[in-house]
Amino acid sequence: MDKKENLGIVDTKFFNLPQGITLASGEKLEPVTIAYETYGALNKEKSNAVLILHALSGDAHAAGLHEGEDKPGWWDAMIGPAKAFDTNKYFVICSNVLGGCRGTTGPSSINLKTNKPYALGFPLISIGDMVTAQKALIDHLSIEKLLTVVGGSMGGMQVLSWLVKYPKAVRSAIPIATALKHSPQQIAFDEVGRQAIMADPNWKSGNYYDGTHPDSGLAVARMVGHITYMSDISMEEKFGRQRKNGVGPFKFTADFEVEGYLRYRGDNFVKRFDANSYLYITKAMDNFDASAKRPFHEVLSGQPVKVLAIAFKSDWLYPAYQSKEIVKACKHAGIETSYCEVDSTYGHDAFLLETEEETHLISHFLKSVSQKRGKT
Amino acid sequence: MKEKEIVKADHKAILDMVEPDSSVLDLGCGDGDLLDLLVREKNVRGQGIEIDEQAIYRCVARGLSVLHGDIDTGLSEYKDKAFDCVILNQSLQQLRHVETVLNDALRVGKRVIIGFPNFAHFSARLRLFFKGRVPVTASLPYTWYETPNLHFLSLSDFIDYCREKNIKIKRSVYFDRDKRVRFLPNLLANIGIFLISR
Repeated sequence: MDKKENLGIVDTKFFNLPQGITLASGEKLEPVTIAYETYGALNKEKSNAVLILHALSGDAHAAGLHEGEDKPGWWDAMIGPAKAFDTNKYFVICSNVLGGCRGTTGPSSINLKTNKPYALGFPLISIGDMVTAQKALIDHLSIEKLLTVVGGSMGGMQVLSWLVKYPKAVRSAIPIATALKHSPQQIAFDEVGRQAIMADPNWKSGNYYDGTHPDSGLAVARMVGHITYMSDISMEEKFGRQRKNGVGPFKFTADFEVEGYLRYRGDNFVKRFDANSYLYITKAMDNFDASAKRPFHEVLSGQPVKVLAIAFKSDWLYPAYQSKEIVKACKHAGIETSYCEVDSTYGHDAFLLETEEETHLISHFLKSVSQKRGKT
Repeated sequence: MKEKEIVKADHKAILDMVEPDSSVLDLGCGDGDLLDLLVREKNVRGQGIEIDEQAIYRCVARGLSVLHGDIDTGLSEYKDKAFDCVILNQSLQQLRHVETVLNDALRVGKRVIIGFPNFAHFSARLRLFFKGRVPVTASLPYTWYETPNLHFLSLSDFIDYCREKNIKIKRSVYFDRDKRVRFLPNLLANIGIFLISR
């Protein structure tokens, strides 16, 4: 097997849709800009394109390094020469979601009608709207059929939404640690995050762009998020009851390692994320229901799509039973499906960390999907 | 290895029972040896179900579609006659709810192939009769404390069961290790393979 390599320097590109897109609500959003990155090369038949869909806090920068930076993209371990998404074979695309704050149009973008950021003037968007924007990008790249759509968590919801909206445009789908719809528990955690942001006096009903941002609210939202991404075991292994710098407890400073970690994560997050985007995107996740219009198995029925679903044993935010619901629909529809519940202690974070198992499953799955072409 | 020979013989017998280009569900497909053989030799559209995580990785590495889960709860979602053939090879004796799975397999598959070790093989009978010990034989290689088998049945037990439940036995093949047995199978065969349907 070839040696895994890193991609080196990559950059974010921008695709402008002056005519914008029509949202599921019927509202028109224009213009729309989509930030995206691509790795590898599209083959002559345009049959080797892979669309990577990011989670809540992700962005278009999935792999490689940006000039002058030392932190690689969020799924760098999976994308590159001889990696799971082997860029010697596949043309890999990742775009920032609609409503985001990392280059694609979102609430922090300038509303051309007012010449000010949209803030809460931004329309409510859905997971399906994110997919509408991605489809426009794929059309722009003149790709008719994607080899696969893949993503974890909210990225997995977009995978399912692709199957609902554009089943003919995908040959296979890889939903990871995701759900057909959020459970009340998942909605509840999202609501705590939103309330933390909205309770910050700097939030000012979303109109904070010319002043101090609601950083402490957004940081608390991120801290709650991080707790749900880990597991009891992974926290025990990572922090135990270790105190920072060996000092004893003093009032309410972050004296436990775990406290320091959460604060660090929260503080770092506000540097790269917009509070209003957090509100819009989490709401889109909560509202998502892959079987809203018709049962998901009916959506899949008769489609020549292959599915690989992956869940993680210690993931209590998106428990395996939710992935099994997806698998059940596939079975009902008679779709060729593989499913693996990976034995991991990392909790929901596992989809970013268990790259060895994912690499094995995904690389072989993609190989079989590629070979299947023309055999139907 | 003796066990390997048995596996090969029963795989060959199953291969003969499966129609080319048909759809096959293999319940308890293990590493996917049989399913892989069926895909290669008969161009079947194969789907496996397997409980062991490591076996899942090996199946996926062979390009097989396989679901991580247990057979006992794995069939209810499938539509009636979703598969041309459902295979339960060497897994029947390890099921918790044999009847439920058998009924579901007969509902989901137009035909069902069942392969299992014969508990009434003479080597088992001898060991039980003369030594007073639970049989440990070529087809039942486990000691009592480590066996995954929950049900112990003979070929005749299964034939009686099918008669009682109005299940048609369309074909049956018997082996003693890798050799075909055509005479007194319940005594001389350590493996039986049945093609059944409603």
